[in-house]
Amino acid sequence: MNAAPDHHIPIEAHRVAATPIVIVGHVDHGKSSLIGRLLHDTGSLQEGKLAQIIESSRKRGLSVEWSFLLDSLQIERDQGVTVDSTRIPFRLGDREFVIVDAPGHRQFLRNMITGAADAEAAVLVVDAQEGAQEQTRRHALLLRLIGIRHVIVLLNKSDLLGFDETKILKAEADVRALLARLEIHAETMIPASARDGDNIAERSARAAWYKGPTLVEALANVPPPAPRTALAFRMPVQDVYRFDDVRYVAGRIERGTIRVGDQIAIGAQKQIATVAEVCRWHAPERPVAGAGESIALRLEPDLVPDRGDLLFPAHDSANAPVRAARVRARLFWLRTEPLRVGESFTLRIATAEYDVTVASIDAVVDLDDLTLNPGDHVQPDGFAEVTLAASHAILFDPFAPGLSGGRGVLVDRFQRIVGGAPLIGAAELPDGAHAIHPTASHVDAQAHARARGHKAAVFWLTGLPGSGKSTVARRAEADLAARGLSATVLDGDTLRAGLCADLGFSPEDRHENIRRASHVAKILAESGQIVIVALVSPLRADRALARQIVGADFHEVFVDTPLETCESRDPKGLYAAARAGRIPQFTGVTAPYEAPETAALHLSGEDVQATTQRLTSFVTRTVLPE
Amino acid sequence: MTELADKHAAGLIEPRPMDDLDQLEAQSIFILREAYRKLRPLALLWSLGKDSNVMVWLARKAFMGRVPFPVMHVDTEKKFPEMYAFRDEYTKKWNLDLILGYCPPVEEIDPSLPPAARSAARKTAGLAKLIDERQFRGVIAGIRRDEQATRAKERVFSPRGAGHRWDVRNQPPEFWDQYATPYEDGMHIRVHPLLAWREIDIWRYIERENIPLVDLYFAKDGRRYRSLGDRDITSPVESEASTVAEVIAELETSRTSERAGRAMDHESEDAFERLRVAGYL
Repeated sequence: MNAAPDHHIPIEAHRVAATPIVIVGHVDHGKSSLIGRLLHDTGSLQEGKLAQIIESSRKRGLSVEWSFLLDSLQIERDQGVTVDSTRIPFRLGDREFVIVDAPGHRQFLRNMITGAADAEAAVLVVDAQEGAQEQTRRHALLLRLIGIRHVIVLLNKSDLLGFDETKILKAEADVRALLARLEIHAETMIPASARDGDNIAERSARAAWYKGPTLVEALANVPPPAPRTALAFRMPVQDVYRFDDVRYVAGRIERGTIRVGDQIAIGAQKQIATVAEVCRWHAPERPVAGAGESIALRLEPDLVPDRGDLLFPAHDSANAPVRAARVRARLFWLRTEPLRVGESFTLRIATAEYDVTVASIDAVVDLDDLTLNPGDHVQPDGFAEVTLAASHAILFDPFAPGLSGGRGVLVDRFQRIVGGAPLIGAAELPDGAHAIHPTASHVDAQAHARARGHKAAVFWLTGLPGSGKSTVARRAEADLAARGLSATVLDGDTLRAGLCADLGFSPEDRHENIRRASHVAKILAESGQIVIVALVSPLRADRALARQIVGADFHEVFVDTPLETCESRDPKGLYAAARAGRIPQFTGVTAPYEAPETAALHLSGEDVQATTQRLTSFVTRTVLPE
Repeated sequence: MTELADKHAAGLIEPRPMDDLDQLEAQSIFILREAYRKLRPLALLWSLGKDSNVMVWLARKAFMGRVPFPVMHVDTEKKFPEMYAFRDEYTKKWNLDLILGYCPPVEEIDPSLPPAARSAARKTAGLAKLIDERQFRGVIAGIRRDEQATRAKERVFSPRGAGHRWDVRNQPPEFWDQYATPYEDGMHIRVHPLLAWREIDIWRYIERENIPLVDLYFAKDGRRYRSLGDRDITSPVESEASTVAEVIAELETSRTSERAGRAMDHESEDAFERLRVAGYL
């Protein structure tokens, strides 16, 4: 039914896809110059482009700058850095390449990954004189985590060392030692000068001692990707369609080969079906498909898999995917706030999605020396090894360079990608530990907001005892309710009467009190509720923890009532007791209060009615659509 | 067929090795299927040019011969008559659910833009209006990285914030075929299934699949259009290529850029980027 009788395969040589090459390295080590030089020396520049470079250079009173070719956006030129990755095709003999340029500026790591993740090989540009720097290590580590198999090191600016053999071999040994720690085997190390063109396309006369390949020769030597058709079959279901009473199970084959008549297992439930037809439109009819093809299958019986179900051979237990609800992952962290244990995400693997919680941070990579150390958080752009606990068993193939199995990606509840998490294997439970596998809501923030007519948010009121936090919070709660907005108040004494009844007032217990209040606030906010927390919370570190637990919807509100006013109010007689020495460690008297530096809202607190009005209007502005 | 069946029975039929066009096609199909699954309501921008015809074709590949979402033509009313004829013919032949959008007069557009860019910006305004009216969450567009340096920076799934603005400095990470689908009110996602294709790939695919095109792409009296926009801001290039095969042969030796005939790209260094940040394709 899908055959196209008029379909011809043109008579021409089989063309393979271009080989993607990523160029990485520390800022100012010469990546962009290298690319400009490479394109020029291989005759790959379009006519308009060279004129563009010359014109841009002239306007800025510079001699020809190869890097202008890539810095094609105005904003990049103004900043003098490459913002994003770009792809530039070029050709060496019969072989096509695509250069992926990745920026050296560290806050742009996510752009680099975007460019580098599909690359077949990487050129790591290292300034021969400066040697490996912070971003050299960061990029090298990333090459390993995203699974790049071939790494070529270009010792750029070797002219600054006069192409001196002894000095260059020393630089080479240092880089080799660094890469060895990452289990990266650099195939080639090339002394070069991108600016002058030494050992890029032309062999350098200034480094006669060097007998290895030029960069162009090294690129030509990168082997083409190995075919994946001989491996065990895997197809993650992308979607299921029903057109004209035919059900199509659509997806792209990750590895292996599928033939009509093959028996396959579907997902963790392992229902078995037989492939009745391999369907394509306007293509020669063939009862077979291999790795990389986007196809649709008709199954017999006519089962309805879910998106994300992995299809794999039914009777090949030796090559079955791993099934585990706790998995170990390497992590590269892309969110601007640190990652902590206990945070929940959606883990995507191909088209599958699982609710996961970070059960432990097992080790954090120190980028100064690439050692693995214990740690309780992962910094933005940081690397770690973590254990993820899922609500259901995850079906996956462990991550391996050059293959698409195990490519885990963490997504937050706003559907933003916050980290890469290549899955290494199933995680063993420590002896005696009780595994927890939290579930996540399938109702997202937008759905809650639509249902309630307002967004959720947490307003964290901090201030001295007696500053009026609870009073203002309760009045605001009533005002909001009168407008049809549902708010909950979590105040210190109410919490301590129940949930936190076991806690005292030691610094540890106060910290724990805040931790619990933060989690309760988060749960309420995730169900669409407006939450007003009224807690003295005197320490910046504790409030930072609260912000970190709650996430993006956290708004700090400083109820800044002068100490004299609080003390004159003294509704619970606590100031008097503290002055009399009956309460040790009383905030404002014998214990410090660290005022917020950048509260979202600063309230004077003197006039309760005015303060309530300002809080209510701030809450309303925050939670109601424009 | 018997021989084929025998070979098949013996497990001897191997998958055909994928060439570069097969790989581009498979990736584009994957992207279109992701968009259809994740972004509803979804529409495809059909400019009637060669790239968007390839895109419609790829959608038919992805969905077994049909396009299961509307296609939009944002009409500047300044296209070539051949293009309107083509639109009417293939809307029927391909059974497309066509939505037409119209553009405001040029007087309503930012007067600080250079003249051709200002004219091109009409299309941005017409598109924005249509997206807002229909509340589309996903809009499939046929831009390619190799066309223009600013487009080279694009993501496959490219979020557009309120007012349809493209935040080029703050784009989401995109790797391992995972596309972010953030959503807030007033926001939509541009989907770019042809981002990795080059001009010559498009033509070779047109040749292989026998995809119909407007005649304007083929030389008459020594000139042809390499890229089709509005009549007043698009100029033909010198060419003798009057068939798809001849166009391919011409491109294999050409080193001028495709959009050389598009006036708004060349008026000032930042004119095209300003257009794109504001929502131009």
